[in-house]
Amino acid sequence: MLHFTIRRLILSVPTLLFISLVIFLLLDLAPGDPMASIPLTVPPEVKEKMREALGLGEPVHIRFLNWLYQFFVVEPQVAFDHIFGTDFSEGKQRIISFQSRSPVMSVVAERMPQTLWVVGLSYVFATLIAVPIGIFSAYRQYSWFDQLGTFISMVGFSIPTFFSGVLLIVVFSVILGWFPSIYDTTHTITDWGSFWFQVKQMAMPVFVLTLYNAAQVSRFMRASMLDNLNQDYVRTARAKGLSERVVVLVHVLRNSMIPVVTVIALGVPNIFGGAIITEQVFQVNGLGQMLISAIYASDAPMVQTLTFIFAVLIVLFNLIADILYGILDPRIRYD
Amino acid sequence: MTDTTTAAAIPSEKPRNQWWDVWDQFKTHKGAMAGLVFFVFIILAVYLGPLLWTIDPTHIDIRARNTGPSLAHPLGADQLGRDMLARMLQGGQVSISVGLTAMALSLVLGTFIGVLAGYWKGLDGLLMRFTDLFLALPLLPLLLVIIMLFRDPLRSVFGLETGIFILIVFVIGITSWMQAARIVRGDVLALKEREYVLAARSIGTSSGKIVVRHILPNIMSPIMVSATLGIANAIITESALSFLGLGFPPDYPTWGRLLFDAKDFIQQYPERVIWPGLAISLTVLAVNYIGDGLRDALDPRIRGR
Repeated sequence: MLHFTIRRLILSVPTLLFISLVIFLLLDLAPGDPMASIPLTVPPEVKEKMREALGLGEPVHIRFLNWLYQFFVVEPQVAFDHIFGTDFSEGKQRIISFQSRSPVMSVVAERMPQTLWVVGLSYVFATLIAVPIGIFSAYRQYSWFDQLGTFISMVGFSIPTFFSGVLLIVVFSVILGWFPSIYDTTHTITDWGSFWFQVKQMAMPVFVLTLYNAAQVSRFMRASMLDNLNQDYVRTARAKGLSERVVVLVHVLRNSMIPVVTVIALGVPNIFGGAIITEQVFQVNGLGQMLISAIYASDAPMVQTLTFIFAVLIVLFNLIADILYGILDPRIRYD
Repeated sequence: MTDTTTAAAIPSEKPRNQWWDVWDQFKTHKGAMAGLVFFVFIILAVYLGPLLWTIDPTHIDIRARNTGPSLAHPLGADQLGRDMLARMLQGGQVSISVGLTAMALSLVLGTFIGVLAGYWKGLDGLLMRFTDLFLALPLLPLLLVIIMLFRDPLRSVFGLETGIFILIVFVIGITSWMQAARIVRGDVLALKEREYVLAARSIGTSSGKIVVRHILPNIMSPIMVSATLGIANAIITESALSFLGLGFPPDYPTWGRLLFDAKDFIQQYPERVIWPGLAISLTVLAVNYIGDGLRDALDPRIRGR
């Protein structure tokens, strides 16, 4: 297991390097010019100077290596300094956004909480709801509960989040007026009233993402339970005289959770991608919205860094899923 | 599940094509049948509908601006007075065409890579690493970047509409072939060890012929299931791109674009958001049900029960 983990970790390094190179070259091709918003009265030689100041004067490979150095050496140092109060990163160049002229990572750190709250909470809710539904649907296959559950999960899985979000806004903000349609990020919680407001503004985005994720997880949970319910060991457990509760909730559930846990782990990076759209619908200014605005402004360092962070998440959670599978299922041996 | 073995009727008539069995099984899945009927209806509506409902979707009737449903405009008219029904039909035509073409592209690509990797051992490692690499790409951000990048050059080469159509189909196709490739590779790996492939090889059939004659027909079922998932995925991706404002241009309606345009008027005219959204959701739901039914019908463990 340890061998496998180490081998996979080493393998993920070239993968990530290659991905970052692909993103970098793509962005380098981009016709968008970060100087586009500079007034035309600025003479061309000054523009050239500004371009160099942004680090655009260097050839491609130097800029790529620079970015790698900044991302893997300077930024961790900054984080280290921030935590321990040291000064390793003194005077070193950080990754700077073209748009805001501030370090990309500090903007990411600013935007991260919003995304994590909305996305993370919805994922937790989705799992908590989907697992019991999946178990019960499979246990009472073809009952009205199962029929309803599979139908709802099919619907939740088919409705794109940008429509369910807009639909919720129409019903609950426009017609009923219960929830605000725009997420107010500057809102701080001071007392019960403001806490309640926070709950209200988070309700719709969280619900949209929860529905979508719960639909997928419950489908998997149901299928996996069904696979296990007909196995011989279940018959044996029943024949031993174990109560139905123990058979289903201990024996079957533990075995059916194996693939579901990996699916849940694999879904984590995807939800950041899905959150791009949901954040756009509810105007939550989290990471996804930042990415969209950076793409529009051809802010290459920002897009590069964010996309790379997404890629790291995907590779990391793939690895976690594989390791979990190996730990949970003794039939799987990687070595 | 095989507790009661009903006496299987001994086939006395001439042997039937296995696809008839699949169809028989498919018919018993109510959701899948409903989905199929709806999907056929949508396809007929968007491709033949404009012949019956002849209002030009770009025609601006400024006096009908922002009106609700009426006889002249059954779904109302938008902020410029363009007929919503005509725009929905035309938008559906684009969305469905994107879905079908992108699905076809991703299937061809996925099957090609899957067969290569499964059949020729030398290529397997390389191609599968390549597939893993693609699976690790953050797709939505990359799609957005690629579209930003190539929108203008392609527009100048192929014209406004064709250029963006080609671009969107192409980017969706090249970012969604990985699942199909993996499934196909797994099936090919199992199939190529079978006796009939050995028999074919022993009478001197070339590898290419074996793949085309003996392997491809036998991996049709996973390919068909991926096809339905591919259509649903492509329609959603296209709508999502249009919804983020990076899909088709404003005067060229697709369902996603209509939803995006209507979003700004959501307070006053919420029904304009509902129509395209409902169309996308129902189409995707129908396609997903078809996929579910197909998966059941093509699974020999379930079929014939």
